[in-house]
Amino acid sequence: MSPVRTPRKASRRAAAKRAPRAAHAAANAKLEAFMKQAYAMELEAAERYAEFADQMDIANNREVAQLFRKLAGIEGKHAAQILEQMGWKQAPLGVQPFRWEGLEGVETGEHLEMHYLMKPFHALSIALKNEDRAARFFAHVARQDLPKAVREAAAEMAEEEREHVRWVKEWIARVPQPGADWDRDPDPPNVND
Amino acid sequence: MTAMPAVALTPQTFKSDVKPVWCPGCGDYTVLSAITKALAKLELAPESVALVSGIGCSSRIPAYTTCYGFHGVHGRALPAATGLKVARPDLTVIAAGGDGDGYSIGGNHFLHACRRNVDLTYIVMDNRVYGMTKGQPSPTTEPDWDSKLTPEGTGLREFHPLVIALASGANFIARTFSGDPNGTADLIVQAIRNPGFSFIEVLSPCVTFRPEQRGWKQLVRPSPVEPTDDPGRAARRLMTDDGFNLGVLYKGTRKPYQPAKAPSAKPADLEREFVL
Repeated sequence: MSPVRTPRKASRRAAAKRAPRAAHAAANAKLEAFMKQAYAMELEAAERYAEFADQMDIANNREVAQLFRKLAGIEGKHAAQILEQMGWKQAPLGVQPFRWEGLEGVETGEHLEMHYLMKPFHALSIALKNEDRAARFFAHVARQDLPKAVREAAAEMAEEEREHVRWVKEWIARVPQPGADWDRDPDPPNVND
Repeated sequence: MTAMPAVALTPQTFKSDVKPVWCPGCGDYTVLSAITKALAKLELAPESVALVSGIGCSSRIPAYTTCYGFHGVHGRALPAATGLKVARPDLTVIAAGGDGDGYSIGGNHFLHACRRNVDLTYIVMDNRVYGMTKGQPSPTTEPDWDSKLTPEGTGLREFHPLVIALASGANFIARTFSGDPNGTADLIVQAIRNPGFSFIEVLSPCVTFRPEQRGWKQLVRPSPVEPTDDPGRAARRLMTDDGFNLGVLYKGTRKPYQPAKAPSAKPADLEREFVL
């Protein structure tokens, strides 16, 4: 998950325009729909990481809050890049987050995975799962019976997500592994004596 | 649902600057997120929506939105919400709270809000425990839930809110899980659009006092049947369901209650009442 996506040779819109004239309108519409989905994914991921950061701030877990804030920033940049690539001056209307492979979105971690004592390792493990799921999602789209421009865009995004997976793995290797008692709290919040 | 915004609304539009103070991992975070997504999808201006609550962890929710909010008295979210909707039918009114607030302290109001069928939406974040007061069993707590405060459990049969809602006359009954944020948002949209009293039970784990509720993720499933408008069929479904079927479980056609608007009193009329 490098802070910016790898630059492309041409914009998505230009790629769609290269399609034969008869198929151009349909291909372009499908590409736009796909890019809207991708935008919704990235935006939801950014918002979710920001929510996680807020949770950690409230729990005074500053280190992990900062990390989630960073992840939110990265996903927000990805969303902004999609706008730029598509030549959209503002966020497209009617963008709806969606579920994939379960109850969550493609690139969003679950609130239930939060713990007030969690470590950077745990936060990065959530990011790793998200990136891996995103890579599988785009690879799945790339295999569908869709216009070439969509399949190419999806394949390219799948490769980017795989690169993010590699990058997060490297990041995880640099942070301390949590001990077995990472969630031990001598004064836990559920004491009711 | 009258006010149409001049600019596109996003979920962020509905989030206030106040950050939630729920425990990390609490299901209520997702419910907040789902409400903001639903309101954006419905294109409701924040000032056209009122969020009314009682007391408890989940009842903090109005402060976290940019809508009108009323953080009321324990168990009294529904009377306040009902009064507001009757007086201001132009507002979209959402009442929200927890299982203790809604089914115990506010239990009687719950019955009568269903019966009255005023056009509002009631979202209950059910974690089967009083979290804010440190883990006492609530009306929906399982009879054998063993805790320090209730060794070997209460032995009391749990309350069945969806069955009660149906029997009392709610016009829309649904269940969702906080671990399904987009599904929850869709249900809230449907509930708000459906005329009359709409009731949504959200299975919203308390990760602090009921950490085992994280396992609900493995238990929930989409309801295997389509929504019905037949109360008899719905009753059979709800009485036999294990509490983990998600989706719209009943969608009635009863006309909402909305009294004719009384003429507004002028200040002079009021003054006359106080003349000695």
